Amino acid sequence: MSDTWSTTAVAEGGVVPEGPGAAAVTLRANILDMTQTAEEAVLAPEDCGAWPADLRAALASRIARLNRLDAVADRYAGRMSGTAYAGLTDPGQDGAAEGVAEVVAFMDKVAMQTRDIAAADIATLQAAGIHDADIVRLCELNAFLAYQLRLIAGLRLMTEVRT
Amino acid sequence: MTARVIHKFTRNVPQWRPRVTPVDLAEATPAQLEALQVTPSNTKVSDYVLTLAHDVESLKVRSPLFNAIMYDKEGLSRSERELGALGASIVNRCIYCAAVHASRHAQIEKDTRVTDELFAKGENADLSPRDRAIFDFARKLSAAPSQASAEDMDALCAAGLDEAEVLDLILSTALFGWANRLMHVLGDPVREEGSG
Repeated sequence: MSDTWSTTAVAEGGVVPEGPGAAAVTLRANILDMTQTAEEAVLAPEDCGAWPADLRAALASRIARLNRLDAVADRYAGRMSGTAYAGLTDPGQDGAAEGVAEVVAFMDKVAMQTRDIAAADIATLQAAGIHDADIVRLCELNAFLAYQLRLIAGLRLMTEVRT
Repeated sequence: MTARVIHKFTRNVPQWRPRVTPVDLAEATPAQLEALQVTPSNTKVSDYVLTLAHDVESLKVRSPLFNAIMYDKEGLSRSERELGALGASIVNRCIYCAAVHASRHAQIEKDTRVTDELFAKGENADLSPRDRAIFDFARKLSAAPSQASAEDMDALCAAGLDEAEVLDLILSTALFGWANRLMHVLGDPVREEGSG
């Protein structure tokens, strides 16, 4: 439990021991701990496939910013060890300079216009030479972020309303 | 036999057809087999899980996390967690997830009225005050994290949800932000022509 308070979701959600939401977080500590394990699995996996950790962190930061969670965006960006992909954290950049324009367009659409995704979006990635395993890796990263960002926003509402 | 892609919400769970090639079980690595929990007595694995096996580390944490959020004891009722899942799946138009979780809701409640209403009228469905507060919160949080507001949280409290129930609703809704982005993005809901 001691580590649960420092997980990304709980810390960014603003829940502290004895504070609003703390009892609920304690009840679900197993889930919040697994959430952190899942974060590591998508942001810093042992097998990164085609997507190095810095690119993953940059995409995570970008998606947090698209969702107007700037502090979380900064936290994800802080995981980058270099600057090769730093430009991607700005949603105004399209990834062409980094050679990942198709990836960035796909990630933005999955994150923000999920319902509009169609078979053609996957076919576009395949036509760009991206392997199926790496398409799944992109989706897992995006899908986890959708979960974690909504969890953080919900926890903030729990902690803010009652103060 | 040809398969038709399903575009309308239904409780009749369709098949799921991947848009990428799933891992071939015969060629799976030891790590993939471990994550798939394949044993000599359990060799049946869905195309969906075989697709996710391309990313073993995520697959390994996914199942225990999903099960804990949807089934752990205490907190929000099972059917209300399904309502959170359904709210997300309707927003994201994940026909497959919506079918699975609407049918579970109907099974648990032994009543199809709530899911009939939601599929027919969407956000204008005629719901009880408690279901209304739960569905509205799930719908807004799913559309964008910033759309769920303090007023929506107040509505949950006014409908009688305690803190633990609210967290469970946040978790089940957010979880389907995750699940929808795999199911709806990586495959199509299909039905064989001539069946159901």
